[in-house]
Amino acid sequence: MLMSSQLFTSKHNTLARLTLLIFVLGGAGFLGLMDMIHRSPYVRYTKVRREQPVPFSHKHHSNLGIDCRYCHTSVEVSGFANIPPTQTCMNCHNVMWNESPMLEPVRESWATGESLEWTRVHDLPDFVYFNHAIHVNKGIGCATCHGRVDQMPLTWKEKPLYMKWCLECHRDPAANVRPKDKIFDMAFDPASLSREEREALVEEYGIDHADHRLTNCWICHR
Amino acid sequence: MTRRISFLLFTAALLLTSGCKPLFEIRKAMYDQPKYEALEVSDFFGDRRSARPLIEGTVAQGQLRLDDHLYLALEEIDGDILQARTYPFEITMADLERGRERYDIYCSVCHGLSGHGEGMVVRRGYKAAPGYHSEKLRDMPPGYFYSVITNGYGQMSSYAAQIPVEDRWRITAYIQALQRSQFASIEDYEAVKARSSHDETLESPHEHH
Ligand code: HEC
Ligand code: HEC
Ligand code: HEC
Ligand code: HEC
Ligand code: HEC
Ligand code: HEC
Repeated sequence: MLMSSQLFTSKHNTLARLTLLIFVLGGAGFLGLMDMIHRSPYVRYTKVRREQPVPFSHKHHSNLGIDCRYCHTSVEVSGFANIPPTQTCMNCHNVMWNESPMLEPVRESWATGESLEWTRVHDLPDFVYFNHAIHVNKGIGCATCHGRVDQMPLTWKEKPLYMKWCLECHRDPAANVRPKDKIFDMAFDPASLSREEREALVEEYGIDHADHRLTNCWICHR
Repeated sequence: MTRRISFLLFTAALLLTSGCKPLFEIRKAMYDQPKYEALEVSDFFGDRRSARPLIEGTVAQGQLRLDDHLYLALEEIDGDILQARTYPFEITMADLERGRERYDIYCSVCHGLSGHGEGMVVRRGYKAAPGYHSEKLRDMPPGYFYSVITNGYGQMSSYAAQIPVEDRWRITAYIQALQRSQFASIEDYEAVKARSSHDETLESPHEHH
């Protein structure tokens, strides 16, 4: 009692309230700022070309007319699209450019049997469940989610992969659906179809988004 | 006054350390949980692979491949075990369509869309891939093509890791259809003609009046 009456006089009441206010607002603001930074495209490497052990260019290889499935073999049948093993590169590079210094890590991996360690470009948090097969088999094209991969010299992430982004499409799949024979066509734009045509596709593919089913938390957090 | 300032600074410092570190750490821990995602790097195993290779000499459950016709393209013909001359399952139109799609994905880059060996990768300097329309290849049984896809041939690698067994047969069927298309006999022509005029009469009978 004695101490406090000496330390804090009545005029400190205003000061104390002010300090509290500053702490609360400042603290909240600070946390908010941290959160914004944490979610910003900058921290998430959105549209940033990632360094890789081998400067693999989708642009070069797509220009040759190699289908995505030649390398991403399981994209139609499994949740995971697959990253090709060294063997796949060696199908061609056993003969072609087999002295290029850029391909040295590939040859070394081939000779030693040690895996190449690619830097992940997309990586959802572990508490989110994603599945390629369901999207690809229900008329959502690679380009809708990954952008023009066929024009990327080094792969980057086109979309920041916010939850908001998943939900936007799950609320209205008709905005992005395309004919199944155009899934791997990187240049095709779903907007070139009329709204009615796209709604007909949603019907045809049996995309089940009645009663907001696709926005239930357990769809993606299971 | 100094005491008040140091109190303020102390509290601010507390906030910084206690408030933010856990925020990031908890979040990070949930983002990257102690489980392996597909093909994730492992610090536990010496070869850094979380996807473990099958132990040599073992067979995974449900993967005992006993059907020699389907898996090895071997058939018993007149008491001899020979390269299969027939398909292990009936090839329907849907199988042919699938075969075409898979051929275009995995083979056309070298052997060309029509099978003449004019694929883009060959044009960029890969060893010339033979066309399928030579006499030698036209005489080969389906089992031969299945084996080439499965085991590779000379400079060409095995495609067994990329293409499932059934699809290898479908690709084979499509190659044989390609061969047939280049060397259609007069009987083929007559058969197609007969069928199309037949279809015509079925579809538009009134036009013939
Ligand atoms: C010749 C093989 C090959 C082909 C063909 C290919 N890719 Fe890739 N892809 C790779 C390799 C290797 C990586 C890993 C290195 C990297 O990220 O660039 C990769 C990475 C990716 C990634 C990023 C994966 C991650 O880390 O998140 C996406 C997305 C992708 N590919 C999409 C496509 C699409 C779409 C196509 C078809 C237009 C395609 N790829 C064709 C080999 C290939
Ligand atoms: C189907 C054949 C094929 C496959 C499979 C393939 N490549 Fe290539 N790659 C080529 C061709 C052809 C070129 C030359 C491109 C050109 O001339 O435009 C090339 C060029 C390259 C180059 C540039 C070489 C240089 O010195 O400029 C790199 C690097 C490369 N490939 C990496 C890879 C990797 C890594 C993989 C495996 C994921 C792979 N490639 C799979 C056909 C292939
Ligand atoms: C609905 C959006 C969507 C579509 C459509 C889509 N992807 Fe993805 N892709 C993703 C997301 C999200 C990830 C990250 C997954 C993770 O981190 O678990 C990803 C990851 C990848 C990867 C890295 C390996 C993996 O599976 O995590 C590759 C390769 C890839 N995609 C290729 C493709 C190809 C090729 C297509 C077209 C056939 C395609 N994707 C279609 C959203 C999509
Ligand atoms: C461009 C549109 C689009 C985007 C973007 C998209 N989805 Fe989907 N998603 C669909 C469609 C269409 C279906 C198929 C619905 C059905 O089952 O009929 C689907 C289905 C799914 C399913 C399976 C649902 C079930 O029935 O169990 C999961 C899981 C899923 N999406 C997760 C995600 C996640 C996670 C993201 C974001 C990283 C995402 N999706 C982004 C369109 C999209
Ligand atoms: C279509 C898929 C999808 C659905 C449905 C969905 N989420 Fe998410 N959620 C995600 C993705 C993707 C992320 C990761 C976003 C990121 O990386 O910032 C996420 C992240 C979160 C986070 C963590 C946020 C953070 O920044 O750490 C919470 C909490 C969450 N979701 C709650 C929910 C709740 C509650 C629901 C139901 C109302 C829900 N989610 C439905 C896809 C989904
Ligand atoms: C990277 C290029 C490349 C790809 C892709 C490729 N091949 Fe080949 N293929 C070759 C080359 C080169 C040869 C000749 C090998 C030699 O003579 O050393 C060959 C030979 C063959 C032969 C043997 C011809 C003979 O003379 O007996 C067959 C059959 C064949 N390929 C079928 C296929 C099928 C089916 C596919 C798709 C699953 C395929 N190839 C994909 C390059 C390729």
